[in-house]
Parts: sequence; structure tokens; C-alpha cells
Amino acid sequence: MSGNHTHHDHDHHDHGHGSELSETEARVRALESVLVEKGHVDPKALDVLIETYETRVGPHNGAHVVAKAWHEPGFLDWLRSDATAAIHSLGYIGRQGEHMVAVENTPQQHNMVVCTLCSCYPWPVLGLPPVWYKSAPYRAKAVRDPRGVLADFGVELPSGTAIRVWDSTAEIRYLVIPMRPEGTDGWSEAELARLVTRDSMIGTGLALSPKLLAEAGT
Amino acid sequence: MNGAQDLGGMMGFGAVVPEPVRPVFHEEWERRAFALTLAMGASGEWTIDMARFARESMDPARYLSSSYYQIWLAGLERLLDERGLVTGEEIAAARSLAAGRPPKRVLAAGDVAATLARGGPTERAESVPARFRTGDRVRARNMHPEGHTRIPRYCRGRVGTIEAIHGVHVFPDTSASGVGEQPAWLYGVAFDARELWGDDCDPALTVRIDLWEPYLDLA
Repeated sequence: MSGNHTHHDHDHHDHGHGSELSETEARVRALESVLVEKGHVDPKALDVLIETYETRVGPHNGAHVVAKAWHEPGFLDWLRSDATAAIHSLGYIGRQGEHMVAVENTPQQHNMVVCTLCSCYPWPVLGLPPVWYKSAPYRAKAVRDPRGVLADFGVELPSGTAIRVWDSTAEIRYLVIPMRPEGTDGWSEAELARLVTRDSMIGTGLALSPKLLAEAGT
Repeated sequence: MNGAQDLGGMMGFGAVVPEPVRPVFHEEWERRAFALTLAMGASGEWTIDMARFARESMDPARYLSSSYYQIWLAGLERLLDERGLVTGEEIAAARSLAAGRPPKRVLAAGDVAATLARGGPTERAESVPARFRTGDRVRARNMHPEGHTRIPRYCRGRVGTIEAIHGVHVFPDTSASGVGEQPAWLYGVAFDARELWGDDCDPALTVRIDLWEPYLDLA
């Protein structure tokens, strides 16, 4: 499938790309054409929606929340008592983040978040979910075999660490606060944020160590 | 409904395949399907629960062989068709065949930011006291409604412990069927893995599930 169409090239079929339009791609274009023709959608609103979630809202927001929690004990306390208010205070607000709960990893307990029934995910802090989060392998396995899921991500926890899996069946959205890596004493909030990966805030990964961050940066 | 969306505990799907943060969308049509779904979601023509029910009403074999944006697209088509806003014939023809009625609202570009920021909070005022307290042992009901529900099959009939009381929230089962919000108390219920999966499971696993009061009885 060709990925380089824009919303401007609505002329049907696939001139110049050398491949047939997929059935799905054709159907989406047809639906958009009909909705725009009928005046049911504002085409400019579609562009704003895409731009918002492709460039502005993403896991850098959640990394800010986590780094601030690591850096400021008062903010961590606020997250514990009212995560919705604490997260909203940073401007991460709205759709799919209306009711937030933060869950903290400790040496004794690791947390992992899933939505077995659909794809519920805390958009304001993590952006849109990755394909695997919405797909059958993860949704099926996380609640029964989270250690197996972690192995798929190349992560192994100590056998003594208990695991708690949060199935997002309602409109409460969960954000994992990963453990702060060793060797980060004295780091600024902005430096700490670079250690916080998307997967570490879902619970399928851990925060980067300073060594891994240095390797990733080279 | 006992559809293909209720995946918790199933086996045989293979390994989870990690992916980097970018790209956010993998095909141009995914961008468009995503934006159309959100734009029409703001039309006031259906609730989020109706949208979820439309998606999970897909034929199970098709659901399991579709990507998530394909599932969204099929759900959107179903919702539009049910309400007479866009018919299957119009999609096949790629043009409007009848003027029809307008949606309740059209999301304007200038209103997107405010609409997203407002979101769709589901908490409602309390009108009756909560039936359960933290620490109560509760059994998830053995129920199999044909309509929309948010009680996963893997916990039905199982006993857990109330750990959190989230307040009163819109009840998805009635919100999806059009009967109304009928807000109900929502609880965070912890289930030991042994209770859910038997003796061969990871004994250090706990699963926390958010469940509404009509799904629960005192154990």
C-alpha cells in the first residue's frame, strides 16, 4: 500500500504510484468524500485533529509528568492523591484522560496497563496507542501472562517482583510511574524526562538507565 | 456481547511485536480514518459506548483479521448507516445519493482544541449511597448480555476485593443501548491470578478491573 497520499489527491485510483489502491484505502476516501460533500465534516477539522495527535500530543507529555514526580516529592504526592488534577495542572487534559490514576512501580511491584476489550489508553499523556497495544496478542496475553509479555519486550523482572495488571474497562486511565534509574542523583527534570520511554509508562518496559540513554544518543 | 473484542486470556496469537513511537500512523488512510472517527464522534449522534458496540458487533472472524483502524472504519460506517447519515450505497458510489438530514453538530476546525480539552467526563453526581466498601469481597456476575457490556468474560463468576471506589459513572450497558446514562457506582476490583486462571498461573499476579455496581454481588 502506498502511504504518500494526501487529503488533496481525491481523484480516485492510484495514478502515478504503480499499485492499486487497497480496498480499505479506497473506502476511507469514499467515506471522506461523501461526508465532506454532505457537509457532515469540516475538512479543516480533520487536518487539525491529525496534526494534534501526530505532532503535539505524545509520550513526551507523560515523560514530563514522570520526571516531575521523580524530581519533586510534592508533585508525586499530588499524583498519588489526585492524579487527574496533578496531570491537568501541566496542561495534559481532555479526551481519554478525563479521569487519571497513576500507579507506581517499586522493587516489590511492577504495573502494566492494558485494555482487553478495546484500546483505552491515556491520550493526553501518551498520545495514540501503538499498534501492539490495540492488537490481539497483547490484549489476550497481558492479563494472564504479563511476564511473557515483558519477555516479548526483552524485559525480565526479578522473580520476587509481583505484577499487577490494570485492565482499563471503564473511563479511568492509568499511567505507570516507572522506577527512577540508579545513577541519576542531581539530574534536572528535563534530563530525567529523557529516560522515560512510552513503554515504561505502559509497563511493558523500564525507564532507560543513564548508560542506555548515552548509547541511544550515539 | 460475547464478541471477538473480549480477548483477555485467549491464547495462540503469538508474540507481542514492539514498535517505536514514530510513525504515529502507518498509512495515509489511517490518518483519515482516525480523524473522520473523531470528527463524527463529536457530532452528538452517538455515545462512546454506542461506538464501542458498533465496533465489537463486527463478525468475529473479520474483527480478528482487521487492523484497529479498519475496525474503527467499519464501526463508523455502521453508525452512519444506522442513523441514515451515510449509506453503504453512498460509500460504494463515493458520492452523496440523497441529501438526508444533517448531524446534530459539525465539528469546526476552530473548535477542535476546545472539544478535545473538554473530552467526555463520565463521572456524575451521587444519588444513592455506594453498596460496597473497600475491602468487601465481591463476585462478578455470571452475565452474558447480547448488548454492550464492560465486564470481561475472564472475570465473570470470580471473586475479587473492592480496592477503590471511583465515584458514580455513566453505565456503558445502557448508554450503548440508547436507554440512557443510568449512572452507577464504579469500583476498582482486584482479582488474584489463581482465582482467574487456576493453579498453573503466575502466583505473583493480580489483575485490577474497573467494574460497575450492577456487575457485582457481595461474595
